Amino acid sequence: MVLKLGIRLAVCALSLMVIATGSGILSAAGRVSSKPEGQVHSQKAEFNPRGQVLALSCTSCHGTDGKSAGIIPSIYGRSAVYLETALKAFKSGARYSTVMSRHAKGYSDEELRLISEYFAMISHNHK
Amino acid sequence: MLQKLTRRDFNKLLLSGVAGSALGLFGKSNTAFASTKRVVVIGGGFGGAAAAKYLRKLDPSIAVTLVEPKAIFYTCPFSNWVLGGLKTMEDIAHTYTVLKNKYQINIVSDVVTSIDVTKGTVKLKSGNVLSYDRLVVSPGIDFKWDSIGGYSESVANSKMPHSWHAGPQTILLHKQLLGMRDGGNVFICPPANPFRCPPGPYERASLIAYYLKEHKPKSKIIIFDAKENFSKQELFKKGWERLYPGMIEWRSSAMGGKVSRVDAGAMTVTTEFGVEKGDVINVIPAQKAGKIAFDAGLTDATGWCPINPVSFESTIHPGIHVIGDASFAGAMPKSGFAASSQGKVAAAAIVRLFQGKVPAAPSLVNTCYSLLAPKYGISVAGVYKLTVEGIVEIKEAGGLTPINADDDQLREEALFAEGWYKNISLDTWG
Repeated sequence: MVLKLGIRLAVCALSLMVIATGSGILSAAGRVSSKPEGQVHSQKAEFNPRGQVLALSCTSCHGTDGKSAGIIPSIYGRSAVYLETALKAFKSGARYSTVMSRHAKGYSDEELRLISEYFAMISHNHK
Repeated sequence: MLQKLTRRDFNKLLLSGVAGSALGLFGKSNTAFASTKRVVVIGGGFGGAAAAKYLRKLDPSIAVTLVEPKAIFYTCPFSNWVLGGLKTMEDIAHTYTVLKNKYQINIVSDVVTSIDVTKGTVKLKSGNVLSYDRLVVSPGIDFKWDSIGGYSESVANSKMPHSWHAGPQTILLHKQLLGMRDGGNVFICPPANPFRCPPGPYERASLIAYYLKEHKPKSKIIIFDAKENFSKQELFKKGWERLYPGMIEWRSSAMGGKVSRVDAGAMTVTTEFGVEKGDVINVIPAQKAGKIAFDAGLTDATGWCPINPVSFESTIHPGIHVIGDASFAGAMPKSGFAASSQGKVAAAAIVRLFQGKVPAAPSLVNTCYSLLAPKYGISVAGVYKLTVEGIVEIKEAGGLTPINADDDQLREEALFAEGWYKNISLDTWG
């Protein structure tokens, strides 16, 4: 029992550390994007690991890298602003959906921003 | 025991350095900054194939071997569409060609017979041995054959298919339906929770009814359930009344639904209310983690595998990640979608662990579409996060298709179900 408790606590401790790690990298990413545009385009942008994990959930329905093969809309190639606006509209219910609003409500605005940035970055890196 | 801890105690423990020791949980490779990065994945279903693909996609320096005996994988999702005559077996067949050629995954067509957790090796039926730095185990489900008297693997393969592994079992049940007389009785006998694909038996009843209504309209379907309620219950019941009035009868466990015995010779099922004869009998037995999980000692008393929800690493054997139906993943259902989501989270965690870094906090998701008729779809969605209580569903999110959804929305959901299947299949095997 004690061991089990220890493991559960350790896991939770880890998740909190993880969140802290994520935000550190996030601020680093923020600095990168404030550089002049030429410099940003000359290199592959680094992924925020938390954004990556969040975004992996989307690809099951929207396709690998957000490239959809069927009726579900592609995310790939969309700008971060477009995606963030759409996700927030699904979250608030302002935009009609069958299932997207049920998903979008599961994320904080910050998480929706990370997801949007991740897909925009994939599209940018593939260019 | 955990419940007795206050949040304050919990925070104190965090500060007193438990967090540091948490890294020890992730096994040898983490501290060693492994010079080799070899991952063996056992099982090529939604969980294993997604983990293998995303390991290679997220870090091409990792060598990935996928061990799967079947050259063609038939998915359980959409196998009910085959039973309803809406899809063919070919439509639900997937191969490992793209994973092999595009993602450079070493596909080994073999069966793992044992895992040596100390040496970090798996032994194959052929006698070959594979070494790993990290192992991903995604064996899916196995059946508790003794959960219903008179039922067995040989009965399943001859008279009363379970069709809860897609493939020959799907074909057998489909043939029986095609051969049945008009006016026949189809019995579907779902197990108690937890089991693979909670809405599956009820989608099956719907799509069998779709076939029968068109071809054998005097027939009837009786669901003998070991449960008191079931997934998407109100949506299914409303749909059945609208689409197949009088055709589908559901009996709860307490109302003569719980099957204690079957007789394959007489084609009967026995419940507390008596013995009933069916023309086609689909028995879905109770389930447990796939065999290799038991053989390797990865299961606990529940019959499923306890895992660390950050990385899906086994809490019993470090260095081994268990994903999909075989794992106990808190509030997540046992579904192909959940397995795929877990496979990707585990892959991302393994990549970070090989780099000596802490994995990102997991975010998990599930979406299950059920079809009641070609233009009548419903869904359940869930978003999951890690808390002190383990993996929990985020209350503000997820949920069902609204009970008052209009026909346009139901038609849209049916279309999205097809779009979903196409993309998740490609995200996993393509």
